[in-house]
Amino acid sequence: MSSTLILEQALNGLQFGLMLFLLAAGLTLVFGIMDMINLAHGSLYMLGAFLAATFADLTGSFWLAVLLAIAGTALIGMVLELSVLRRLYTRDHLSQVLATFALILIANESVRIVWGPQLPLNTPVALSGPVQLLPGLTYSSYRLVIIAVGLAVAMLLYFVIAKTKAGMLVRAGASNREMATAMGVDIKRLFTLVFGLGAALCAIAGAMLGPLLAVQVGMGESILILAFVVIVIGGIGSVRGAVVGAILVGVVDTIGRAFIPALLREFLPPQLASAGGPALASIMIYILMVAILFWRPQGLFPARG
Amino acid sequence: MRRALTLAALAAAVVFPLVAKPLGWEFYIGFASRTLIYALAASSLNLVLGYGGMLSFGHAAFVGAGAYTVAVFMAEGIASAWVAWPIAIAVAAALAVAIGAVSLRTRGVYFIMITLAFAQMIYYIAVGMRAYGGEEGLNLPTRSQIGFGVDLKDDVTFYYLVLAVLAAALCGLYRLIHARFGRVIEAIRENETRMEAIGFPTYRYKLVCFVIGGALAGAAGALLANQNSYVNPNLLYWTQSGELMIMVILGGVGYHYGGLLGAVALLVLEEVFSAYTIHWQLPVGIILLGIVLFAPQGLVGIAGRRFLVRRLAGG
Repeated sequence: MSSTLILEQALNGLQFGLMLFLLAAGLTLVFGIMDMINLAHGSLYMLGAFLAATFADLTGSFWLAVLLAIAGTALIGMVLELSVLRRLYTRDHLSQVLATFALILIANESVRIVWGPQLPLNTPVALSGPVQLLPGLTYSSYRLVIIAVGLAVAMLLYFVIAKTKAGMLVRAGASNREMATAMGVDIKRLFTLVFGLGAALCAIAGAMLGPLLAVQVGMGESILILAFVVIVIGGIGSVRGAVVGAILVGVVDTIGRAFIPALLREFLPPQLASAGGPALASIMIYILMVAILFWRPQGLFPARG
Repeated sequence: MRRALTLAALAAAVVFPLVAKPLGWEFYIGFASRTLIYALAASSLNLVLGYGGMLSFGHAAFVGAGAYTVAVFMAEGIASAWVAWPIAIAVAAALAVAIGAVSLRTRGVYFIMITLAFAQMIYYIAVGMRAYGGEEGLNLPTRSQIGFGVDLKDDVTFYYLVLAVLAAALCGLYRLIHARFGRVIEAIRENETRMEAIGFPTYRYKLVCFVIGGALAGAAGALLANQNSYVNPNLLYWTQSGELMIMVILGGVGYHYGGLLGAVALLVLEEVFSAYTIHWQLPVGIILLGIVLFAPQGLVGIAGRRFLVRRLAGG
């Protein structure tokens, strides 16, 4: 097991973790501020990816397509908030689960009707090759760009939430909604904007991951659960928690998949190892989550005191 | 009124195959069996979710555990229902003890997530069982055998068995809920701190409720493996847990027939729309959304409200 391999997998983990963060940030804000379980968050990620693929085909430019997809998805997100989700804030979690599950069905089927089950989305040509990072370590340049975009968005988000007035209102809403309303925050408009922001972040993740994973119906469902794991680990409502949780989940998941099967082969008979390896690797993040919840039931960075 | 309705529904369910068979609707007998099996699974979740107030998002794990136990026994050459089914229930119950013991230490949203996490672990274990089909799943060569000259391979016979199991389970659940245990469970749902202060071991009560739900779901899984003659890991995926939850919410959380009504409504909706269009998920989704927005109590709520309105109007 060479150190370059470990470094490469760690970078893969960081790249995946940063994209997970983009999903988790929106989810944790919606969950933390509005106390709303939104299963349809993954559908916005899917919509972002499909819009990006469509615009890439139309304009011929990947980056223009990403920008258009972000704007389009944010718009769809805000329309969704204004038309449906707004009515669900005061309802119990079960109603929210049912309603947003229904939205998943509607979104999946609408996408299938408009676009079909999947679309091609290619890596921009300039980034399709590998680059030499260290002697002996070449790495996909596209993945490096994803890391850069992820870090930039994370820092921008941190700046907006920690330093601007809008961010202050968001934090106030997350830690105590009633008090924020009593202090005269226009919570309705804030909710719509936060939802649009969450949708935009989904679109970035969907568009950037599109060339690596497949742009297909149902792509949101598997990653949604990972995003939920992230926000539970990080602490619901906490953006800082989402960063730490996402990178933790991304790295543990990637490293686990890369090395656990090989590790098991050292200790177990081959038949058992080949069966147990992938299973154990997939389970790692859930074990991580259960362990963290056992140790800190409110997650790593609880937003509410 | 309520008893008459129940008996009428039961009578209709008993007569159904006798009418369906001569009309050549064999397909719908299988569909009806599957619906009743899901009704059993949803009712078991309703015990945990509706009466116990525990928002378990991992119920498919218990259904899957029951189904896989039957399939694995079958693959190893043991087809007797008398061996495989009780063990399937026991495996699901044991799993529920383990998952419940850890999960019940958390609350609220964290409970939802931790049950989900455990269910996903079981899902990946099923995917990893290469000897038993792995990701592809496992075909069952035959249905379980119960002897006494009864052949479960006959769809009508199997339907009656499922109906009997469901009826027995619903009866049992009714007795359980109206016994002391049920009262305690509901009281814990309403105010756990108070029940604890009075001196009830609330954790133990909740765990027992969770395990009974898991065991019943295991029974549903054993039946489902037989009905489909096929098991695969998708039985345990989180969307399956979601679908069971949807059935309960749709039918009416914490109403005795909530699980049954929800399962019938959802599966019939899916069946009807899939007959007309491959895009059946769209109308089903829109109807579900409409129900959440305009009928907060679920289907039972709608029925109950009509009934109430009629009574108030002197009808």
